[in-house]
Amino acid sequence: MTGTGSIGRRLTLLLAGVAALLSVLSWGMVTMLARQAAERTQDNVLAASVTAIAETLRSEQGEVRLELPYSAFSMLGAIGEDRVFYTVTAGDRTLTGYADLPVPDGRGGPGRIVFATGTYRGEAIRIASVTRVVLAGTSPVPVTVTVAQTRDGVGTIAADLSQLAAILAVAFFVVAVGLSAIAARTSLRPLKELTAAVSRRGPSDLRPLRRAAPSELAPLMGALNRLMDRLNLSLRRSEDFIAEAAHRVRTPLATVRTQAEIALRSVTDDADKQRLRQMIRAVDESSRSAGQLLDHATVAFRADDLPRAPVDLADLAARTVAALEPTAAMKEIRLQLDAVPAQVSGDPVLLDSALRNVLDNAIKYSPEDTVVHLQVMSIAHEARIAVTDQGPGLGEGPARALTERFRRGSNTEGIVGSGLGLTIAEEVLRAHGGRLDLGAGERGKGTCVTLVLPSS
Amino acid sequence: MRYLLVEDNRELAEAVIGRLALDGHAVDHAGTLAEAEDCLAVATYDLILLDVMLPDGDGRDFLARSRASLETPVIVLTARAQVSDRVGALDQGADDYITKPFDFSELEARCRAVLRRRGGSARNQIALGAALFDPLAGTLSHGATSVDLRNREIRLLEVFARHPGQILSKGQLMDRLFSYDSDVTENAIEVYVGRLRRRIDGMGVRIETLRGLGYRMETDTA
Ligand SMILES: Nc1ncnc2c1ncn2[C@@H]1O[C@H](COP(=O)(O)OP(=O)(O)OP(=O)(O)O)[C@@H](O)[C@H]1O
Ligand SMILES: [Mg+2]
Repeated sequence: MTGTGSIGRRLTLLLAGVAALLSVLSWGMVTMLARQAAERTQDNVLAASVTAIAETLRSEQGEVRLELPYSAFSMLGAIGEDRVFYTVTAGDRTLTGYADLPVPDGRGGPGRIVFATGTYRGEAIRIASVTRVVLAGTSPVPVTVTVAQTRDGVGTIAADLSQLAAILAVAFFVVAVGLSAIAARTSLRPLKELTAAVSRRGPSDLRPLRRAAPSELAPLMGALNRLMDRLNLSLRRSEDFIAEAAHRVRTPLATVRTQAEIALRSVTDDADKQRLRQMIRAVDESSRSAGQLLDHATVAFRADDLPRAPVDLADLAARTVAALEPTAAMKEIRLQLDAVPAQVSGDPVLLDSALRNVLDNAIKYSPEDTVVHLQVMSIAHEARIAVTDQGPGLGEGPARALTERFRRGSNTEGIVGSGLGLTIAEEVLRAHGGRLDLGAGERGKGTCVTLVLPSS
Repeated sequence: MRYLLVEDNRELAEAVIGRLALDGHAVDHAGTLAEAEDCLAVATYDLILLDVMLPDGDGRDFLARSRASLETPVIVLTARAQVSDRVGALDQGADDYITKPFDFSELEARCRAVLRRRGGSARNQIALGAALFDPLAGTLSHGATSVDLRNREIRLLEVFARHPGQILSKGQLMDRLFSYDSDVTENAIEVYVGRLRRRIDGMGVRIETLRGLGYRMETDTA
């Protein structure tokens, strides 16, 4: 599978990107506004200052007079440590102040305050100026009052505000990233839950998903369910197919076996009899193998996703004994069952097949006229079924090896089998968290096979 | 005993019928579920042998449908051999199942076991002179005395009881007592006949040896 990245990460990144953009934008805006506000304040103060000075203009004996009110400068002092310059000109004559202070062009007409920005003595300044017409004697004289101030204070205020704005923007960004991570996680949670619900399932669990999900996930769930349906159908079809195939193979085998058995009864020649017996045996071998292989596959299939139900081993043993009683009776073998209730939790179908294989062996390998003893026990945390026979025993060599696939013992001559019985039993027990113990019977004679399961 | 065999494979059906007839059972044969329903409508059976895959349907569906109204025990003959199928057959109300291909001796053994479990023995007692033989329960009683017989002894006595007064060869007896692959010799028959003789001694039933021919059962007349 090639990943195209994580939706969660992508969503977080997207949200964080938006947050970053918003932070920068808002920081920029605040900075700009702060500067504007500071500038406007300066302008207002400068305007007030020029107005205050201009107010004092009057004419006295044909001369233009003025006073420089203290307040006109003190209000400028409010803005930081900035230096203040002023000049008052009447026509081309400088009445007072710095003669070289640049004066903005006096458009705007009389009484209008004009602002400008410039440099003076190497410093950036903001200039406000107003022109009034004063009657000096008989001739009207335009008098221009100009006040300028350096802009350090404005810069400082703007920088301070901008720094504050930057801190706020960063804080906003951090919070936004956190929130977007959380948002991404919560909005993806239903997806995660859906994933968990699907992956918790065993391979054979193809029931449709039935869970509440946000409407965005409904199509996905619908698609999943449809896929599951189709899978289920094709699985059931292939199971049916296998069953059908088994049926088709076994039915003619049954006919062959039947005919051979009938023929066996009518032929008299020993060699012919022998041939027919071999034929019947071959049929039995192949049908036994087919059956055991199928069972083995079933075990492997079901063990992945063990359907568990409460099972009483005493009941199980009683049922299995009843099922195999006729087989045992054919060999005059008596099945003797001693049982106490022993509860386990497991798949009844698999447990049945495990015990059946073990009991089948005990009957198959025991001589006629013997007893096979089944004991169901419950010891500490374990429930057990011990199957003891009076047969030939498991022979030389490690008993464990007999649980290997297709492994048959040395005592099997003339006995039909595929070597899968103990494999099946062991795998069933292992899937249930139990084990299969192989040993000798009482006083070292015969065989004792014990199915051990954890009690429930 | 009256059996109904529902099986679409002719050869197999004929062989099963032939084999069961040897035991003195009457067997009706139905090749389809429809025929089986017709048979069940007109006759009562002691046991039904039912194939699961029939041309007109699934034997298990038939079983599930008719189980409620049907008292008769059913043994399912199945070529589908998965564990789940086998357990399924029992869940659906079959008394037992046997997978094809099967050993006739095993089929007989299973039929007997099912009939015995279903308590069908009362109707199936055979009078042997003054004694009463119950092949399902495996008892032979004579007046107040009764003996329990072991499996092969029952089989042996049953064969004799089904063929009163007939001479049965060792070969014939062997076929009925042992499945094909037991490596038994005719000596084994002598052993079992000997055992049976000892068991039923004094019950008014005797098994005579006819040298070179075989055996014949004789009974005291009541
Ligand atoms: N009760 C027993 N007594 C003696 N030998 C046994 C017994 N149980 C198992 N064995 C030995 O263990 C071997 C493996 O048993 P297992 O059931 O796996 O295979 P099998 O019986 O040969 O074939 P099948 O798959 O048909 O059961 C047997 O071949 C036999 O030699
Ligand atoms: Mg085995």
